[in-house]
Amino acid sequence: MSTTCEFTLAELMIVAASEAWRDNGELIASGLGVIPRLGASLAKLSHSPQLLMTDSEAYLVEEPIPLGPRGDFVPKYSGSLNFERVFECVWGGRRHAMIGPTQIDRWGQSNLSCVGDYHKPKAAMLGVRGLPGNSINHINSFFVPNHNARVFVSGEVDMVSGVGFKADRWPEGVRRDLMDIRLIITNLCVMDFDGPDRAVQVRSLHPGVTFEEVQESTGFPLLKSPSLKETVHPTPEQLALIRRLDPHDYRSAAIKGNPAGIRAA
Amino acid sequence: MNKQMTAADAVAQLRDGMTIGFGGWGPRRKPMAVVREILRSDVKDLTVVAYGGPEVGMLCAAGKVKKLVFGFATLDAIPLEPYYRKAREAGGLELMEVDEGMFQWGLRAAAMRLPFLPTRCGLATDVTRLNPELKTIQSPYADGEVLLAMPALNLDVAFVHVNVADRLGNTLVTGPDPYFDHLFARAAQQCFVSCEQLHERLELTAEQARCNTFERYLVSGVIHAPFGAHPTACQPEYGWDLSHLKRYAASAGEEGGWQAYVEEYVAAGERAYLDKNGGAERMGSLALPVF
Repeated sequence: MSTTCEFTLAELMIVAASEAWRDNGELIASGLGVIPRLGASLAKLSHSPQLLMTDSEAYLVEEPIPLGPRGDFVPKYSGSLNFERVFECVWGGRRHAMIGPTQIDRWGQSNLSCVGDYHKPKAAMLGVRGLPGNSINHINSFFVPNHNARVFVSGEVDMVSGVGFKADRWPEGVRRDLMDIRLIITNLCVMDFDGPDRAVQVRSLHPGVTFEEVQESTGFPLLKSPSLKETVHPTPEQLALIRRLDPHDYRSAAIKGNPAGIRAA
Repeated sequence: MNKQMTAADAVAQLRDGMTIGFGGWGPRRKPMAVVREILRSDVKDLTVVAYGGPEVGMLCAAGKVKKLVFGFATLDAIPLEPYYRKAREAGGLELMEVDEGMFQWGLRAAAMRLPFLPTRCGLATDVTRLNPELKTIQSPYADGEVLLAMPALNLDVAFVHVNVADRLGNTLVTGPDPYFDHLFARAAQQCFVSCEQLHERLELTAEQARCNTFERYLVSGVIHAPFGAHPTACQPEYGWDLSHLKRYAASAGEEGGWQAYVEEYVAAGERAYLDKNGGAERMGSLALPVF
């Protein structure tokens, strides 16, 4: 269908996020946060039913769980995935996670620990959590709700919590072939690491956003993908699935101001 | 073989400078009644080893933490643990910040009486740069791969909170996730278990017995502590207490806030704590978290 329909920026980003899990095969799809989780759920309900998902607690489900209070919806479990097993999946490599780090650098290194000097930080964040292990063992993508140069820093991130493509960070003899970083979904664009030497490139621009605006909001130089295009709009079918997956409209609070998907001129 | 004791008995075993592990995960099934007893004690200079929740923040606020071994500190519904954050930003806290998976690997090494276990986690990040005591090791096999040797996280004492226990030290974790309490128990010289329900001796069906995750020989003491995980969750009995956690988090931004929190909730003991939080009726009906 190509009919025009109304959609929000959050919904556009959910659809863009779902693309990260296309053609991943059978693996655990972990979307952390409202938009990544809806993206993973949409992927499973549309193009990639082979994905494995959890109830965001400890059980596997074949039908993605709608966000928030469940009303009449009763989850049907297909297995168990407690934390101990999550680490078994992570270390075995059969997982693709999308998370929102505090900082990301041009090498794809990510930071969830703290901002500023490590020993007396300006802001302490969550801690490295599972980033070191996730990033070196399986595919990762990133979600950034507010694209700016404080997130996409000019140098290295303040505390490298997740590994990236910076060669001199890798000690001799360490395996680098088990990791990959795929997409970065932001409120302005979708980026990937498919440029020369895994450089960051803009893959698609959200409606009304220019490459120059993205560059100005980023602390390091960006490339244009040779196939740079506009981010694909949600279809009515996708929007219907999103509404079903998010009955309490948590997505409306995911991006500041809940802007429309197509910017007013 | 009656291992029942009070939280005060268990805390009396602690000495300044000990390495103490806390079971649970973030705001889930933390041994908070015991943590409050530690807050009431004089013990200090602790190395705290935890998948951090409010126990980390509270022990930091009370000035009892010399070193923190952790991968995160969070209240989940309130992402940033307020007193952990304060302590971090003030500087001076010794840290061993490691990947969540490395952390359980270190406990597992201790549990198996090994000096280390190999992993890839932490390599090529600042985890290794900031913790120079973490060494690498080369595979002795044909692959020659270089791996991180995660050192054993040996604990002097571990505290875990379970749903059900008996006086012999048999335990059941009936919630959806056992987390890594079994590894905390195995990694420690002494493990003290607090529990929601205490029985003389467990007599279980085979299905119930599957909820037992570690042996009673690991258990030095059993503490009957109903609502002993509050304000964290203890599924399936009760969820975390968001209004209490909000009150706790807000106190971190107030002048004298920690002292006020201690006076209101900690100083007067556990019976007063239960009354302050609405007693069994309210605490037992705290909704389970839904995601």
